[in-house]
Amino acid sequence: MTISTPAGSSSADSATSSLNAEHLRQRLEQLASSAGIRQWDLGAACSTDTSVQVDRGEAKQLKGAQRSSITVRVWNDDGLVGVTSTSDLSDSGLARALSGARDASAYGNPDDTPAFSPLATAPLAHLDQPLHEPRGILQLLDTLRDAERQLLGRHNAIGTVPYNGLAERSSERIYLNSTGACRQQRLTTASLYLYARAEETGRKPRSAGAVRLGYGASELDIAGCIDEAAERTIAHLDYAPIETGRYTCVFSPEAFLDLIGAFSSLFNARAVLDGVSLSNRESIGQQLAVPFLSIHDNGLHPGNIGAAAFDGEGTPTSPLALLEGGVLRSFLHSEATARAFGVAPTGHAGLGAKVSVGPDWFEITATPGSGGGQAGLDRFNAGEPIVWIDSLSALHAGVKASQGSFSLPFDGWLVRGGEARSIEAATVAGDIRSLLKAIVGFEGEAKVTPDGLCPLVWVEGLSITGEA
Amino acid sequence: MIATPSASPSTAANASLADGFGDHWRPRLETLLADGRAAGADLVEVFLERTDHLGVLAEQERITSVTPAFGMGAGIRVFLAHRDGFVSTNDLSEAGLQRALEQALGMLGLQRNSQAASLFDGLTPLRDFAATKADWLQRCPMLQEATVRLLDGTAALQRRGRHLQARRGSYARDWQEVLVAASDGTFGRDVRLHQSVGLNVLAADGDNRAGVGRRYGTEGRPDDLRQWDAEASAAEVCESAGTMLYADYVEAGQLPVVLANRFGGVIFHEACGHLLETTQVERGTTPFAEKVGEPIAHAAVTAIDEGLTGGAFGSLSMDDEGMEPQRTVLIENGVLQRFISDRAGELRTGHARTGSGRRQSHTFAAASRMRNTYIAAGPHTPDDLIASVDKGLYCKSMGGGSVGPTGQFNFAVEEGYLIENGKLTKPVKGATLIGEAKEVMPRISMCANDLELAAGFCGSVSGSIFVTVGQPHIKVDSITVGGR
Repeated sequence: MTISTPAGSSSADSATSSLNAEHLRQRLEQLASSAGIRQWDLGAACSTDTSVQVDRGEAKQLKGAQRSSITVRVWNDDGLVGVTSTSDLSDSGLARALSGARDASAYGNPDDTPAFSPLATAPLAHLDQPLHEPRGILQLLDTLRDAERQLLGRHNAIGTVPYNGLAERSSERIYLNSTGACRQQRLTTASLYLYARAEETGRKPRSAGAVRLGYGASELDIAGCIDEAAERTIAHLDYAPIETGRYTCVFSPEAFLDLIGAFSSLFNARAVLDGVSLSNRESIGQQLAVPFLSIHDNGLHPGNIGAAAFDGEGTPTSPLALLEGGVLRSFLHSEATARAFGVAPTGHAGLGAKVSVGPDWFEITATPGSGGGQAGLDRFNAGEPIVWIDSLSALHAGVKASQGSFSLPFDGWLVRGGEARSIEAATVAGDIRSLLKAIVGFEGEAKVTPDGLCPLVWVEGLSITGEA
Repeated sequence: MIATPSASPSTAANASLADGFGDHWRPRLETLLADGRAAGADLVEVFLERTDHLGVLAEQERITSVTPAFGMGAGIRVFLAHRDGFVSTNDLSEAGLQRALEQALGMLGLQRNSQAASLFDGLTPLRDFAATKADWLQRCPMLQEATVRLLDGTAALQRRGRHLQARRGSYARDWQEVLVAASDGTFGRDVRLHQSVGLNVLAADGDNRAGVGRRYGTEGRPDDLRQWDAEASAAEVCESAGTMLYADYVEAGQLPVVLANRFGGVIFHEACGHLLETTQVERGTTPFAEKVGEPIAHAAVTAIDEGLTGGAFGSLSMDDEGMEPQRTVLIENGVLQRFISDRAGELRTGHARTGSGRRQSHTFAAASRMRNTYIAAGPHTPDDLIASVDKGLYCKSMGGGSVGPTGQFNFAVEEGYLIENGKLTKPVKGATLIGEAKEVMPRISMCANDLELAAGFCGSVSGSIFVTVGQPHIKVDSITVGGR
């Protein structure tokens, strides 16, 4: 059987990973009209991914993917909302999705009905996101092989790089609604990760790694990624168990951002309305943390590679002050939660019948003029043992966001008298509310990471459980 | 070039999809496989998938979210020596599949060659495991019935719980039809139906808070939600929340622990199961790679991975590479017997396939993954285990866990109790257990006689898949208990 392709008849061209917004709009309008649906919106996405993995000089897996997806929302005559998602962007797929959303709208929640964002046609911020042509999989393979070879050559104990990958992605997303809103964003990104495993005779294996992101493979800081993966892995080779007790801890920027991200329901209006946040409606204006801590959500920061220009409801991405001077200033909002709080949407929504809310990219900094806590914090050369928490694990299991507690395995070092020694295996436990008030200061320049911007963060009195 | 004016490619593809997958796909698949072999590939595999998902969320007395979703796609994998290229696409038209094949071939430096002879002998007769499952989706509860059942659940929580700040019930139904064809002749079709229902509460009283949830899941049982005992589930959740609301945080240290049956099996899943997948042998990240025939665990431990138990979340009629699952004894009386292996694992490590090639969807290449994995029952009673501990921790309910590239594992304890002088005393919370497989497996010294399984989700190299964990009550002589 042979099928020929009339040009321009599909809403997505999987060969080029591009969406035809006008075609989508026309089809949705026709289908909605014939079904008697007056109000609808949709989010669509399409992407092409290419990635490689290597194993000791050999190509391990080469992977490509073309993906497309669409989520349609429909408001019925009672004003209730239904939703359906599909990867089938054909005309029949769209018709079935629209029909499914209409059926689901019969079960819409009358107490919490989303509407179109009032900002769905507001101007978008300009994002400097250069589009790169893909390098092609064989060139990616050569690049990753070379990176692996260099990393393996950094130390005799580094025997493998069991988790590695170099990937390129070209993607496009669209938001449309029945009153004429039309958002479209095209993006190219690339990523590299290298996680090395090292083992010395008679000792336990140790592992660490690094990640780099860019708008194209040519932009990736490959040398920096190799250096960081090697340095961190080698620094864990000499390890010892740690005694259980309470310690002053220094969180790396990555570790502290992970922790704040895991407890982001503190700032999430959806979680507040659902009663599963530690915050409540009256929390705005309350002192949650030490006065020198400020946290902003800023998806537009140039360090946020692959930033979205708009959220799932078409609201523009924009900076938002969450904590200033340790005081809670605002929540992250969708259209529905913003309406419930009497404020404007903040650009942090997904797309659904019950709209999810989430952060974009945190900026964790010292409150201007505060000095950032204790001046000259470097206590590494003092006699007091300090625990340096480099990376946290198992946040999905060890964080109880609605209770405020955490108990997490970590990789790090015990620093005593200026000497650092890797910790064999340990957990750190505490309560986020107590931790935010036990921060004694920041150290060093804030570092840009894939999840945000943050300096080293010193915290007193955390429980560490070790094997000594 | 002649264009067909009547149909777009996707529309035409959907026309052939209207009847689902089956033998009518043979000509198209044989063409693809023959082309791949003619290009020089050692083996070509095509995985086709159609899905139909329904998610429903109830909060307090309201249905707050209904999320239907459906989709389709293909994953094409090409092997050349020990390498493989994998491409996935949503486009099931003939042109779309050919484009995906060409891309996969190109990854390995191959290209289509219409002049070359193909070494493909055709597909075997279709093994149709789906033939008896044609009505499964229709037999599942419709949306209206599902919403009623969930609201029964949140109402039961309200009746049975105290200090409940939030009550949630959720239901997920995942229907999947797959067709697997490979150039070694493999040709199989299956339908999978996974349903799960869960209840969660957040209890709060002043500064005391406790979040407790339970989830129950089955495979291949369309009536599952109808048979769900909402009252019993609500009673279990509310009892746990009531206990944990006022529990103290656990004191940290090295302790003997007794882990309850059912989801306690997460310890074996994380501490050892993942390290017995051939993907870990390939990466060089398992300490057990050369240990077949040697003791790696206490003699009390026999561990099994299988895909056969009726209704269990990790059961399947064929794996995602078209092979029927086996009952694989991994460890017998402490001695390592076998690894869990898929097609690539067999190719690269020499461990024979076990029907364990699994993937979340067509966007992932299959990998060696666990199915229903459990420690076998032993001779003791649960009370024997608790009575043998002077001071330790009883882990009644476990949360999730993970294992890292050096074999260090961790998992959270949702509901714990101190053991003092051989008896359970006060409840404790906030514990995380960490350890290393090589050290912990020899310390599982006692197994009770009450083996039970529990449904779970496992995320790894080939995505998130449905699995079962399980065990009887077991005792670990010493493990690091992280706490405050």
